[in-house]
Amino acid sequence: MTKMKRLLLAGLVTGIASAGAATDNAAQEARGDSAAVTEENGRYFTADGIPTYKVAADGTVDWMTYSGFRRYHSECHVCHGPDGMGSTYAPPLKDAVEQMDYYDFVYTVSNGRENVDVSHQKVMPSFGHNKNVMCYLDDIYVYLKARGDGAIPRGRPAKKEAKSDVIAEDVNACMG
Amino acid sequence: MRTIYALTSVIALSTGTAALANEALQQMMDDPTQWAIQMGDYSNHRYSELDQINADNVGDLKVAWTFSTGVLRGHEGSPLVIGDTMYVHTPFPNIVYALDLNDNGRIKWRYEPKQDTSVIPVMCCDTVNRGVAFADGKIILHQADTTVVALDANTGEVLWSVKNGDPEKGETNTATVLPVKNKVLVGISGGEFGVRGSVTAYNLETGEREWRAYSMGPDSDTLMDPEKTTMLGKPVGVDSGTATWEGDQWKIGGGTTWGWYSYDPELNLVYYGTGNPSTWNPSQRPGDNRWSMTIMARDPDTGMAKWVYQMTPHDEWDFDGVNEMILTDQEIDGQMRKLLTHFDRNGLAYTLDRESGELLVAEKYDPAVNWTTGVDMDPNSDTYGRPAVVAEYSTSQNGEDENTTGICPAALGTKDQQPSSYSPKTGLFYVPTNHVCMDYEPFRVSYTAGQPYVGATLSMYPAPDSHGGMGNFIAWDNIKGEIKWSIPEQFSVWSGAMATAGDIVFYGTLEGYLKAVRADTGEELYRFKTPSGIIGNVMSYEHGGKQYVAVLSGVGGWAGIGLAAGLTNPNDGLGAVGGYAALSDYTALGGQLTVFTLPD
Repeated sequence: MTKMKRLLLAGLVTGIASAGAATDNAAQEARGDSAAVTEENGRYFTADGIPTYKVAADGTVDWMTYSGFRRYHSECHVCHGPDGMGSTYAPPLKDAVEQMDYYDFVYTVSNGRENVDVSHQKVMPSFGHNKNVMCYLDDIYVYLKARGDGAIPRGRPAKKEAKSDVIAEDVNACMG
Repeated sequence: MRTIYALTSVIALSTGTAALANEALQQMMDDPTQWAIQMGDYSNHRYSELDQINADNVGDLKVAWTFSTGVLRGHEGSPLVIGDTMYVHTPFPNIVYALDLNDNGRIKWRYEPKQDTSVIPVMCCDTVNRGVAFADGKIILHQADTTVVALDANTGEVLWSVKNGDPEKGETNTATVLPVKNKVLVGISGGEFGVRGSVTAYNLETGEREWRAYSMGPDSDTLMDPEKTTMLGKPVGVDSGTATWEGDQWKIGGGTTWGWYSYDPELNLVYYGTGNPSTWNPSQRPGDNRWSMTIMARDPDTGMAKWVYQMTPHDEWDFDGVNEMILTDQEIDGQMRKLLTHFDRNGLAYTLDRESGELLVAEKYDPAVNWTTGVDMDPNSDTYGRPAVVAEYSTSQNGEDENTTGICPAALGTKDQQPSSYSPKTGLFYVPTNHVCMDYEPFRVSYTAGQPYVGATLSMYPAPDSHGGMGNFIAWDNIKGEIKWSIPEQFSVWSGAMATAGDIVFYGTLEGYLKAVRADTGEELYRFKTPSGIIGNVMSYEHGGKQYVAVLSGVGGWAGIGLAAGLTNPNDGLGAVGGYAALSDYTALGGQLTVFTLPD
């Protein structure tokens, strides 16, 4: 599938009708392509080296997923709704990350996108210069991916891994 | 010399017209067959003297006609009716339609501004607009991009246009405007973008700026007199708008002004409230953060503040103070008083003397409210007028990166902007409310102009240990500070109420019902399901000897964000997650006006 096609598909997943359509089950196994294969200082990666989440059998999530929950509900949820579920005017991002890959996600958040015509007035701004978003981009991605894969339910993750020193240092360096 | 003479006579002429224009507007507001201003009148009563539709016959109400606005997003505010013309507005792109009531709503003219679409994502909570105003033969529209435009009410021709703010810095508009005398008063939105709030007066004839009063800053910016401007009877002192801030933080201090304004022609005072201080992380902005969260009384001629009252010093929950200020003359302890009643987001209903700013009543109008034990009413106390904050629910005391749970109300308040109604017949206020609580975790954020500046993670859920719904529609006694009756609603009531001389009260629901209830008991007499959820305000007018009731449908706004997918309570454990009603199971997008009347 071309990149353009994927973007279009994600764009179709919009509006209130789809907002509550997906059901939430209890935590389940990560999908094959999201499975954490490697770990580096508290961050997890897939076989392709893409950032991903890690949910333990007792529901403990990795720090990045927990952090992503917090950052999503500060920066994204006023348009995209609670728990990545969408609002009356912005698509559910938990579904969007299932249809666009990591690189498309980073591109869209950095550059924004527009869908404005006679029946749509959807505009996402560019967050490329917003440190509150860009310094936590991987956090937000792995959180949404965990939501989209059904690996974590709605709401605040109850248990989390500790924040590693490296993650803390990286955030401080990024925020300046 | 000749030039000066000519100039003087022009000024004299325009002042004369303006005085007449103001009188004409006052007469239209007094005429119940018209709906000349969004709030019904200058006092924000949202009350109709019409009684053709009443408690005995409202059950027979039928749809007379409908009108699609052609826009999908959240529809707040209401139409106006001036003479034989109805003026209907829409959310972004802010179209205005003039409909001919003598010709089945034929479109006499339409105005669609060209606005840069980049304004859309800097509007915090949907691209709503709360309607146009009328004065002196002009329809005044305040667009999303902060352009204020005066249109010829007969033709739609642009008479003047002025830019009030800069959307690139996150300055936008969602509110209506208030025409007073020869001026138009306008506010600004953008508290989630670090905008410094202000009210600006423009000349009704020319669009020229006459004064601007900021919510914070030095006295020259806030238009306050250190000696003469008072809070609870005491002078505010020098530079009160910077004194309770650390360093330059007041420059991105919030206190935006997107609510409903009222006006007392006798006292010559305009009343409005200011919004939350930026950011939502209280630890990042120590101090009382004056004058965010404040009721303001200003002279419309000069902008000078007569009195102020800060309801929620050092906000820790996003309880904007912008809700409507309702002006009534009522008896307290055998004495007629000029009162101001305000249902704040923080869950307290305030009754003040609107001449002096004296605080008379401050009581919870939802029993679920728990962040405060109440307001100190002792004038001799050091904390007079301040709410006592419960430590358990203080996001400031619990600190950054701590999740404070079970706070009631949630950030959207016990009530948001959806305006109440006052019936002089019953002496009661009819209030659309939210019944939602939250968890709130503040954390440090950095400021970038034009980018969101929030700094907290929120989860919201229906008030625990209650009826399970997310709203109530209540009748309130503002003298006793008591709920008279309360109707539980499945969703927040996000529609403006209207009481009438027919002993009934109308309101809309998020599922899309227009409901009519008895003013004395709350007993439901009528309901009709409109095509989409209602966040608009009910209005009434008479045409050709018949009374009509109209409301805009079109779900969205804050309600469309939080409730679309349904709320969850993370504290209920996994079993209950997803167990609450999702608005998306009841309604879909679509802007439509529905007009009701009795069958012939």
